[in-house]
Amino acid sequence: MPVLWIVLIILALAVVGYIMGRQRALASAGGDSRKLHSLPSYYGSSVAIFTVVFSLLVLVCWLIIQPIVINNSVASTIPDTAIPEASSLGLVMSDVRRVANGLDLAVAGGAIPANEVSEISTEDTDLRGLLASVGVALGSDVSEPVLDAAQSYRNLSKTGNILMTVVVLAIAVGGFIFAFLRSHKDFRARNVVETSIRYLLILAASIAILTTIGIVLSLIFNTIDFFTLYPASDFFFGTTWSPSFGGGSQLGIIPLLWGTMYISIIALAVAVPIGLFAAVYLSEYASPKMRSFAKPLIEVLAGIPTIVYGLFALLTVGPLLLQVFGPNGTGWMGAASSVMTAGLVMGIMLIPFVSSLSDDIINAVPQAMRDGALGLGATKSETVKQVVLPAALPGIVGAILLAASRAIGETMIVVLGAGAAARLSLNPFEAMTTVTAKIVSQLTGDADFSSPEALVAFSLGMTLFVITLALNVLALYIVRKYREQYE
Amino acid sequence: MNMTEMPTTAQNVKNMPQNTKISARDVQVYYGENHAIKDVNVEIEDRTVTAFIGPSGCGKSTFLRCLNRMNDTIDVCRVEGTIALDGEDIYDKKVDPVQLRAKVGMVFQKPNPFPKSIYDNIAYGPRIHGLAKNKAELDEIVEKSLRRGAIWDEVKDRLQAPGTGLSGGQQQRLCIARAVATEPEVLLMDEPCSALDPIATDQVEDLIDELRNQYSVVIVTHSMQQAARVSQKTAFFHLGNLVEYGETDQIFTNPKDPRTESYISGRIG
Repeated sequence: MPVLWIVLIILALAVVGYIMGRQRALASAGGDSRKLHSLPSYYGSSVAIFTVVFSLLVLVCWLIIQPIVINNSVASTIPDTAIPEASSLGLVMSDVRRVANGLDLAVAGGAIPANEVSEISTEDTDLRGLLASVGVALGSDVSEPVLDAAQSYRNLSKTGNILMTVVVLAIAVGGFIFAFLRSHKDFRARNVVETSIRYLLILAASIAILTTIGIVLSLIFNTIDFFTLYPASDFFFGTTWSPSFGGGSQLGIIPLLWGTMYISIIALAVAVPIGLFAAVYLSEYASPKMRSFAKPLIEVLAGIPTIVYGLFALLTVGPLLLQVFGPNGTGWMGAASSVMTAGLVMGIMLIPFVSSLSDDIINAVPQAMRDGALGLGATKSETVKQVVLPAALPGIVGAILLAASRAIGETMIVVLGAGAAARLSLNPFEAMTTVTAKIVSQLTGDADFSSPEALVAFSLGMTLFVITLALNVLALYIVRKYREQYE
Repeated sequence: MNMTEMPTTAQNVKNMPQNTKISARDVQVYYGENHAIKDVNVEIEDRTVTAFIGPSGCGKSTFLRCLNRMNDTIDVCRVEGTIALDGEDIYDKKVDPVQLRAKVGMVFQKPNPFPKSIYDNIAYGPRIHGLAKNKAELDEIVEKSLRRGAIWDEVKDRLQAPGTGLSGGQQQRLCIARAVATEPEVLLMDEPCSALDPIATDQVEDLIDELRNQYSVVIVTHSMQQAARVSQKTAFFHLGNLVEYGETDQIFTNPKDPRTESYISGRIG
């Protein structure tokens, strides 16, 4: 039975369970809902929960585990002689899966009668041509062991699916009956429902955390792989970045880190003053009308995709800078791509981050602070400078560090605006590149995934991760420290 | 109740016109459509503590905030009539509200020390008004103000500690010291003791009594005992009207208006 049908049956069962559980509980109280421990809907929900949760849990686990188990048992039946030269068991197994899948499609599409499919042999059928006709393309002709394996793969999957349907539906019905029989007026259905909601919330939180852990682990393992192929000291202290896929690459991170830092600093130098001044204007000086009009407009900047900013850098800002600082101007700039181009555009991108967050934070400063200063005869600007901004400082620093994390992780603007040359230079009008841009270029080539040139992307990613993590920790530390002092 | 004896305000003006610090004439305040203060006429005397009493929402705080134009910071608030400080209309276009507020200081209901050190809290006003020529003079002003705020002994060893770290009563005395540091001529206090315990209240009241030697103090209070203890003059507000204004003793022992009598005897409010 298809998985969709199983899920639909379970859900239908849950709806029926809800109605029946509710009615049974009400009946046990003689139709007077005041005699129930919980509201009637809780009894219904508890039946629905018992029907759905365990059966779906088993279904999901089964769907994950079954292919792995079948794969392993089929793989063990394939003789070593069936694995061609320069191939591997994994590649043969993917052929097996494809043939099995193709046979299923062929049966479903009517290309092979269902009762003949198990008698097919490689000798009297052009299996490759047959499968190609139902949309499954194979790299080579199907060999006898592969076909045998595919047949047993199909059989095992079929048995597994039947078993899964039976087990899952049995669990759903079992849960239904168990919870239905419990629906009595003294049963604490509300507590059961609320406990399951708590577990749902815990599940949601742990998915986010587990994903993070998974990403970090995959970064760490690949980074370790990389360091077995390439010395860590050369990576961290090397000042040359020149990957060559033929071997003999120099993969020093320093030029990339320098580019990242340089561009981020320019971006922050643009975004922090503009964003902060905009925030002060919006929160302290603008009339409510102006504010309700201008704030969403500024926030529109945050909604522009970064690739559009990249185009803006490439097509507008770069050529404009080139006119002023290029060969026909001051002569500092060789091409439109430069640190300055990317930094300026990235700064514009970061303005809403700084201004919107700072505006909220400045607004959160109690009116009593402003009254206190104004009541002493301070002007508006003295109040803002000496009372409101210091009080809002921890939050503002947090906003700035958040913007810095964004700047360090930004990719598209850099790819399009800053150039691709890894260079250690002080001239902001020269092309440089960043860690993120190099991760892109290392992984988008035809590189072998086990070569240091490709694996370096993971250690670059790991380095970036550590840097942004450190920035976030620093931001939290600063915010906490000042908050103690101010509140 | 003899209605012919009602116009106490006019009598007071006649009695001591030379001593009037603030004089309000036909003051109306509107919050948008809401007419919050109606036809208030009052003469506030120099070197006197004047108490504004009345039930919640009667407009006493609103009127207090008119006296140093703090209502300017509220967009929908509109003030009509004239309020004169030393004979000059404070709502005149020539008057800078910032300079006015330096002369008419204010202490708020909730202590609101700035997120700065105790020293910087006090030095804030003198600094922005340029009252001190050098550091030594500023130190002197800070010490003097803290002494007058009756808090010097408690904080003299930790002037660099944050003002927000003090207790509620200490914070309020710090705010009073901060207001005093700018050498105002009038000090407005909006329920300065409502967040304080009885001991801190007692200290603040002693302080108010001392401040009377130099300033005109106007205090809004919900506590009639407090008004009776600290003030020489009392004004009773009800529903946006100034019902009765006179000597504190007279208001509390022999009120002329039946509404005042009802309020102070606890029948309304």
